[in-house]
Amino acid sequence: MTEILLKIDGLTKAYPGVVANDHVGFSVAPGEVHALLGENGAGKSTLVKMIYGLVKPDSGTMEFLGRPYTPAEPRAARAAGVAMVFQHFSLFEALNVAENVALGMENPPPMRDLAKRIREISQAYGLPLDPARLVGDLSAGERQRVEIVRCLLQDPKLLIMDEPTSVLTPQEVEILFRTLRKLSSEGTAILYISHKLEEIRTICDGATILRGGKVVGSCIPREKSARELAEMMVGGEFAATERVSRPFGAPMLEVKGLSLAPLSQFGPSLKDISLSIAAGEILGIGGVAGNGQEELLATLSGERPSAPGTVWMKGADISALGPNPRRALGLMSAPEERLGHAAVPNMSLTDNTLLTGTIRMPLVKNGFLNMAEAKAFAEDIIREFDVRTPGPWVAARALSGGNLQKFVIGREVLQKPEVLIVNQPTWGVDAAAAAAIRRALLRLAEKGAALIVISQDLDELMEIADRFCALNEGRISAPRPTEGLTIDEIGLMLGGAHGMEVPA
Amino acid sequence: MIIGGIDIITLISMLMVASTPVLLAATGELVAEKSGVLNLGVEGMMITGAVAGFATAVSTGSPVLGFVGGALAGAAMAMLFAILTQVFLSNQTATGLALTLFGLGLSALIGKPFEGVRPPATGKVPFGPLSDIPVLGRILFSHDWVVYLSLLLVAVTWAFLKFTRAGLILRAVGENHDAAHALGYRVIAVRCAALAFGGALAGLGGAYLSLIRVPQWTEGMTAGAGWIALAIVVFASWRPERALIGAYLFGGITALQLQLQAAGYAIPVHLLSMAPYVLTIVVLVLLSVVHRRGVQAAPAALGRSFHAAS
Repeated sequence: MTEILLKIDGLTKAYPGVVANDHVGFSVAPGEVHALLGENGAGKSTLVKMIYGLVKPDSGTMEFLGRPYTPAEPRAARAAGVAMVFQHFSLFEALNVAENVALGMENPPPMRDLAKRIREISQAYGLPLDPARLVGDLSAGERQRVEIVRCLLQDPKLLIMDEPTSVLTPQEVEILFRTLRKLSSEGTAILYISHKLEEIRTICDGATILRGGKVVGSCIPREKSARELAEMMVGGEFAATERVSRPFGAPMLEVKGLSLAPLSQFGPSLKDISLSIAAGEILGIGGVAGNGQEELLATLSGERPSAPGTVWMKGADISALGPNPRRALGLMSAPEERLGHAAVPNMSLTDNTLLTGTIRMPLVKNGFLNMAEAKAFAEDIIREFDVRTPGPWVAARALSGGNLQKFVIGREVLQKPEVLIVNQPTWGVDAAAAAAIRRALLRLAEKGAALIVISQDLDELMEIADRFCALNEGRISAPRPTEGLTIDEIGLMLGGAHGMEVPA
Repeated sequence: MIIGGIDIITLISMLMVASTPVLLAATGELVAEKSGVLNLGVEGMMITGAVAGFATAVSTGSPVLGFVGGALAGAAMAMLFAILTQVFLSNQTATGLALTLFGLGLSALIGKPFEGVRPPATGKVPFGPLSDIPVLGRILFSHDWVVYLSLLLVAVTWAFLKFTRAGLILRAVGENHDAAHALGYRVIAVRCAALAFGGALAGLGGAYLSLIRVPQWTEGMTAGAGWIALAIVVFASWRPERALIGAYLFGGITALQLQLQAAGYAIPVHLLSMAPYVLTIVVLVLLSVVHRRGVQAAPAALGRSFHAAS
């Protein structure tokens, strides 16, 4: 292609102890959908933050439309025609859609005109939105629309999207892709960050692959298989998860008519949930986060009490028991939020083992902590789960997300649970670490444990779960065997696209 | 109009004067909290404003300059808080409490030479014939300019937060500072400005106490008004119009208990003096229970430190 919209050359950014970007260079043509591929920590986020003016590069040059481009702040980037949709939404829950859009614009028109333009643009691109609604009441898919519409109102020449599909249902992904294709046909270039390889093969025209902050290759994703792309990212052979069919045993955990009131105004509730899971079985619960996933895990782990007779383990009613008595019975859990929920950020890994490990492991004696045992246990976890850390004395917050996730999952798995409930076990974890975590979960099931895996990653659930059900707006669908289930059927189980109806 | 030995018109007229310090402080704190900063140092900023305003007015002979001095002193205290919490990221609760203790001590020190001195008087706004209207004239048109300024400030704050772009940015910073930063807004600068405004209004409220309401300087004369202002902000669900109701309620009960004392009712003085604090809290708690959104209306980033992780 002769025409070049964005050209990046020799871009370098170092943080203390790590070079996030090392002489990165690539270019994007107008109307091109260009993928940035790489594992966690490969430097994708730093790179786009530099393009969007949030981070200043140490050295290197950028050219936009043939002119030198050095955005000092996001405002300058927006003025030049660069817009960004963030991975963690940059939205304000207590403000309405129009106010949120106005905050992302340089010179917003008066609210009345803005509301009208939001309706027009959102209809034109098939992303219906009601400008007066509070963002806190919107689904994840609708929130993303707010971000996209906010960008579109400024006629961007380059749209950066950081992991846009991780919170969407398959139908919503379809809608998003239609919008992106329309934009691309109108000449808007899109820089697309994802580690979902199939999506990149579907939508992207070109790809730049980053590893360890360096560009290690570029390709046309359509011409490669997902496996080849993964191997380029990881830089080696990629071990896929092997599945063995297992016999199921007696029912281990049963939930009967579980309901839970929401904690806050925008909080989800649980409505009449019933499920049953047998020894050796993995039940996958899919659905977009924020539909009751955290609440379900909290009631099953004992963190939040539920009405008598709702949670049963091996035929005994455990609804009234707290987390520790449940751990004593063999029911363990690993929540979604790693820092602050599953682990205490400022405590060492050894100390963190004590948080859940004192019941089933000999870490306490006569009321005193047995630190030697705790350290040995932490070292076991680090070894068995390949946690990359200098040692068990390191504070939990110093670990990368993927490594801490391996530690958190490992801590529960090594305590030999009979029932294990995990929420988002591989959220934000790179492909190799995610595969390791999935293998560990499968091995646990092979040994006869019953597992509930709550995840937004449908491919993951298809890969390891025996049965699948969807959790949507606090309701759970009837479970179905994963074998033979198509992605469309799953989409319908998840309630299709949220807010498809055009607001009046 | 006299009921049970109490003149209702005087009561209402007194109420507006009694409420003004708390109203000013609450309005300022409301803006600071809307930007996501919890400044528990309102009492300290008020008393510093009280002594600085008093000292300025006595030395210059001009009450107007006194109010300016009080506002500047309050803002200076707030900037101290801003540097500690916004730049050095100290804990907001602890820093706020320290600011109150610091203000109480500092004001006692500065105020020593001014004890027993009478400040220059602030006259009433001359409304001419308007103040001769029966009933309404005494209630609405018989006050000093600061009372009207405080009401104007409530209206301006309400409109600023609701209708202006700057107000929208301030609310956004208080809701989600990470998102605001990602969009390119200067979180620290917005918060410092909001804190300075809050400090200035608290200082103004303090100066009103020492220059008009009492009017003289005594150590610890704010007597918990700053804490009442903080409580009013919370129970008003961070809405200026409700803060006005809360402040006038507090002022009303203060005025009433003074009148009851003057009318010679056989109620122990301590109970009467306690009444404004207790009743204000009780009524506000009941109100926020009725409006169940009370706590949920809090700015989502309230009290959380912001650090741009580059």
